[in-house]
Amino acid sequence: MSEAATPRPRRERPGPLEYLRRWPLRIMVGGTLFFLYLPLITLMVFSFNDSRRNIVWEGFTLKYYEKAFSNASLIEAFTNSLTIAFATTILSVILGALAAVMLWRFRFPGKTAAEGGMALPIVVPEICMGVAMLVFFARVMPWPQGLPWPANLGAIIIAHTSFAFPFVATVVRARLASFNRELEEAAKDLGASEWRTFWDVLVPHMQPGLIAGALLAFTLSLDDFVITFFTAGPDTVTFPVKVYSMLRFSISPEVNAASTILIVVTVALTAIGLHLQNRNAQKTKA
Amino acid sequence: MTDVAQNSLDAPALRPDARGKDNVIIRFESITKRFGNLPAVDNVTLDVREGEFFALLGPSGCGKTTLLRMLAGFETPTEGRILIDGKDIANLPPNRRPVNMVFQSYAVFPHMKVTDNIAYGLKMDGVSGNEIRRRVDEALELVKLGGLGERMPDQLSGGQRQRVALARALVKRPRVLLLDEPLSALDAKLRDQMRSELTSLQKKVGITFIMVTHDQDEALAIATRCAVMNRGMLAQVATPSDLYEFPNSQFVADFVGRVNMFEGVLEKDEQDEAVVRCADFSAPVYLDHGVTGARGTTVWVALRPEKIEMHKRAEGQTPFKMEDAPQGANVTPGIIREIVYLGSETNYEVELEGGRRVKTFRSNLTRYDQEDFTHNEPVWLAWHACSPAVLLS
Amino acid sequence: MEQSWRRAKAAFAAIALPPLTWLLLFFLIPLAVIWAYSFGENTGPVTIDLTGTFANYLRAIEPIYLEIFWKSILIAGLTTMLCLVIGFPVALAIAFASPRTKTWLLMLIMLPFWTNLLIRTFALVAVLRENGYVNFALEWLWNNASWAMTLAGFQPLGEFEPLKLLYNNAAVVVGLVYVHLPFMVLPLYSALDRMDRSLMEASLDLGAGHLRTILLVVVPLAAPGIASGVLITFIPALGAYLTPDLLGGTDSQMIANVIERQFKRANDWPFGAALSFLLMYLTFIAIAIQTTLQRRADRRGA
Repeated sequence: MSEAATPRPRRERPGPLEYLRRWPLRIMVGGTLFFLYLPLITLMVFSFNDSRRNIVWEGFTLKYYEKAFSNASLIEAFTNSLTIAFATTILSVILGALAAVMLWRFRFPGKTAAEGGMALPIVVPEICMGVAMLVFFARVMPWPQGLPWPANLGAIIIAHTSFAFPFVATVVRARLASFNRELEEAAKDLGASEWRTFWDVLVPHMQPGLIAGALLAFTLSLDDFVITFFTAGPDTVTFPVKVYSMLRFSISPEVNAASTILIVVTVALTAIGLHLQNRNAQKTKA
Repeated sequence: MTDVAQNSLDAPALRPDARGKDNVIIRFESITKRFGNLPAVDNVTLDVREGEFFALLGPSGCGKTTLLRMLAGFETPTEGRILIDGKDIANLPPNRRPVNMVFQSYAVFPHMKVTDNIAYGLKMDGVSGNEIRRRVDEALELVKLGGLGERMPDQLSGGQRQRVALARALVKRPRVLLLDEPLSALDAKLRDQMRSELTSLQKKVGITFIMVTHDQDEALAIATRCAVMNRGMLAQVATPSDLYEFPNSQFVADFVGRVNMFEGVLEKDEQDEAVVRCADFSAPVYLDHGVTGARGTTVWVALRPEKIEMHKRAEGQTPFKMEDAPQGANVTPGIIREIVYLGSETNYEVELEGGRRVKTFRSNLTRYDQEDFTHNEPVWLAWHACSPAVLLS
Repeated sequence: MEQSWRRAKAAFAAIALPPLTWLLLFFLIPLAVIWAYSFGENTGPVTIDLTGTFANYLRAIEPIYLEIFWKSILIAGLTTMLCLVIGFPVALAIAFASPRTKTWLLMLIMLPFWTNLLIRTFALVAVLRENGYVNFALEWLWNNASWAMTLAGFQPLGEFEPLKLLYNNAAVVVGLVYVHLPFMVLPLYSALDRMDRSLMEASLDLGAGHLRTILLVVVPLAAPGIASGVLITFIPALGAYLTPDLLGGTDSQMIANVIERQFKRANDWPFGAALSFLLMYLTFIAIAIQTTLQRRADRRGA
């Protein structure tokens, strides 16, 4: 009976550093998330809205998705974007991994310059890189017109790889920094050649970095508008460029539908990538 | 009126003796702290008195640090109250509590020089500039850091950083100073030096100290009183010598110092004598004091290694007799199986007839002392009637 | 640690040649061409003579263009400040949340960063435009207020005038903040997350409140993280093209828009090239300032 007399505290008071349990910060975080997501969520929700005016909910429909899917040029732009992103990812991961190993492993004359050069594409404003690519492919190395698909996308793939691979290099190099050199010496001590050591010891260690880098390259490529805008010819339209030109005419629910698909694709790919990375991290831990 | 004047002249925080030693300064009342459903501290009730150097001792994860952090205000108790000078401090945030802490990592602000670190707390209290300078100098002298005030923390050694942390907390003249594992980050030699310095520092400033430690040597050496904690609960609260000589449980006997533990049955229990029979040796354990347990209860006999004498044993010789025990009691035969020479002393492991091994050691009183006993030598182990501690749990 | 390239020339060549060649051919040469063009003159519809003239740079510092540079810096600066003011408390709250909540909140902050910039900007347009959701919500409030006024016996409010939330400088700033907020939150978060908590506890323990703890302990110690957050927000904001293009009005053109016009419409490549390089120099100056501050902070710390 005396047990019942002692009042049970309803909720524990927040500890002094539990900032998230204080209401001003809760409002701040909630408001920020609201600000970040309101536009995206309304865009996605209203892509199912049966109204052209696009603002009052009139009922559920998939007709804009049908329209988007039957819009041949939109589909073509979408396929182009994904193709470019895949090609860019493969090239960037190879070049980025090599660059990372080079900067991590070797001492050579001009190393500082090489490091600075690798950092340049990360810091140079997109617009500058865009116009540089425009001029390059217009005057220095014109990309042949009228090539069959997907060779006609070459110029864009080259441009995307140029800005994506230094990002991959940064991520992989950060991962390499945690490599224990003794593992490599142990492998050699046990009789592995230079080449076998590279494949058996170094590459497995780099793997999480490679996955993260691939994910980054893929998103950067899929996301890019400015550089593509300057590099793309009239017959090589990517999804963002297509959406941009559609927006120039009017905001149509069709664009909402297409955007929703792209958002879902990116979120799904990111989730898969993060999942792979986590599984990998757990495997190395165990 | 005169009382008030007297008090302010006395600088009360620095002269707690004036208030009498038995004043309870901190009271934990049925404190429970759960993280999720796991109780880290489980229904602890504890008083700390004015002027004590109190140690919270226990293995890692026993809840001692959580208890200290609740006192400082960094954790909130799930249940129970904490009183400082009789006042519930539940509603006081850490910055308004009259206690200050020396952190395990010292937490010296790396971007401020030593004097700014020490002055920080006084600035927060709005103490005037002159007063701050005077008290910071005083504090620097107190912890023997005079002349290092302009240094940045990264120009100091670990021991010096700890002194900064000490000065920074003491300069505020807290009612209680909290120390979280104060010596754990120092190397062995420095640790010994800091131990005695902490003791003399506490005597000098007269502030109540509460220290958290997992090191029983440290607690025994420094504290005036210790609370041993186990799995969130208080196991025993006593002075260091009482903890060592009169542990109240197997856990305390085992955690504080080294011990040989034997399970047995209480055979006789009277006012001034008791007998326990243990399966590990044929001889009964005779005690010259009562145990207050019912006949036939299972008890544990705790025997400290230094309280076991070792004597030579030869075939056919009459058994050794302890002068304060009946013939055949408190003596058991065994064979030396392990010898570890440590310089000042030598540790022995003696195998009893039942196969049980007992730890004992001998001080090497002369240069060749350790050579008296050799491997596989038969010996008698014997102890005084007042030596074993009989534990009911 | 590192191996001299001389000791493994073949391996070094195999590893170093592909990325270095790519960088040279497809990045440095294009930039060099632009740089050369910035000292050239249009002599025909498609021919440019590299005459070594400074005319393009002189034209770039005429008041009309100087004003655009200045405006771009202001807009990017304002964006960065707003991101910092919003991002700091958010990063603080996330850094001190429980591990589970932390993972989720970080995911939520990251996710928009992974979605397409154009789509995000376009989504913002749909929210802010004259018949967008913000005006829609405001109209509803207005009409209800009007109705409540009539109930209370007052004159009803007039017809609702939708706010012009788009196509002005404020819209550009809102858009840039919207796009760049994750850039600010993440470095701030990682700086705060790395910080030794006992330093904050020590400050609280010594009598400082939360505000003073943040100002006197957290901000100085998180300064490198704050600086890198500021830099990675400021640089892309300064060179932003899409946001001012889609959300800005005729008077909210930023440098990137002017550059684009030179290349795509005005067909004055040399002038566009000069503007591009000026923008790049501005970016490098920002990086240099940050590096110097960082180095000074490091020296103070070390």
